[in-house]
Amino acid sequence: MCGQREDAEEVAQETMLKTFESFHQLRDPERVRPWVFRIAKNVCLTKRRKSIFAPSPAQEISLDELMPSRDSRDGRMKLEIADWSNLPEDHVLRAEMKTALEAAIRELPEIYRSVILLRDAQELSTAEAAQILDVTEDVVKTRLHRARLAVRKHLDERLRRVKKAVTL
Amino acid sequence: MNAQVPSGRCKEVFAALSEYLDMDLPPESCEELESHLEGCPPCIEFVKSLRKSIELCREYTPTELPKPLSDEARHQLQEAYQRMLLARERPE
Repeated sequence: MCGQREDAEEVAQETMLKTFESFHQLRDPERVRPWVFRIAKNVCLTKRRKSIFAPSPAQEISLDELMPSRDSRDGRMKLEIADWSNLPEDHVLRAEMKTALEAAIRELPEIYRSVILLRDAQELSTAEAAQILDVTEDVVKTRLHRARLAVRKHLDERLRRVKKAVTL
Repeated sequence: MNAQVPSGRCKEVFAALSEYLDMDLPPESCEELESHLEGCPPCIEFVKSLRKSIELCREYTPTELPKPLSDEARHQLQEAYQRMLLARERPE
């Protein structure tokens, strides 16, 4: 969410402090994880508001941008997808994809990055992510889908480049 | 690499894929989507690649570990932790 490693470390420390200080306000001990994530999100947003490097307000990703490309000759839709079938067995390729995944997640606009990290990387529920981010569950679902499609597109492009380089 | 021309229905499928893979889609929509997938190899390939992307995201851990805490930060955290324990022992 922070985008910068040093910022993330400061946010983590500040989050721990705030967690200890406000622990008595935790109403539902069963839900401590989303509660801590919510504190972390607020600390992160406060820090970013103060930063001169704060990114511009939320950038939206349109679904159309993530649709498969159109054929320039007849304007019809076409799907161009790299062959992902040997990914599980190919260790070199998996290492390459891990690097690509980090870049893909880092390049996502913040509103999408936070959702994919909470839902997929941290495996929180839609309801928990919605509570942490102060948005509706429908918004979480929409952003998650676009984030995943953007990551898939990024990985697919990298996979095609790698495979092309290997076959040259 | 596959390069095939999908139908207009592909676009609707495309919009619902995350909910489908998360098993959040209503049963009737799920059946419709699966019936489309049965006859649409490009969409099947797309679903496979999206599913793989999600799997990679679920395995995601940042490669760099954070630096150890500074003495000052460790001290602050210990104090805050002690205050929290005291507050729990003596609720207002």
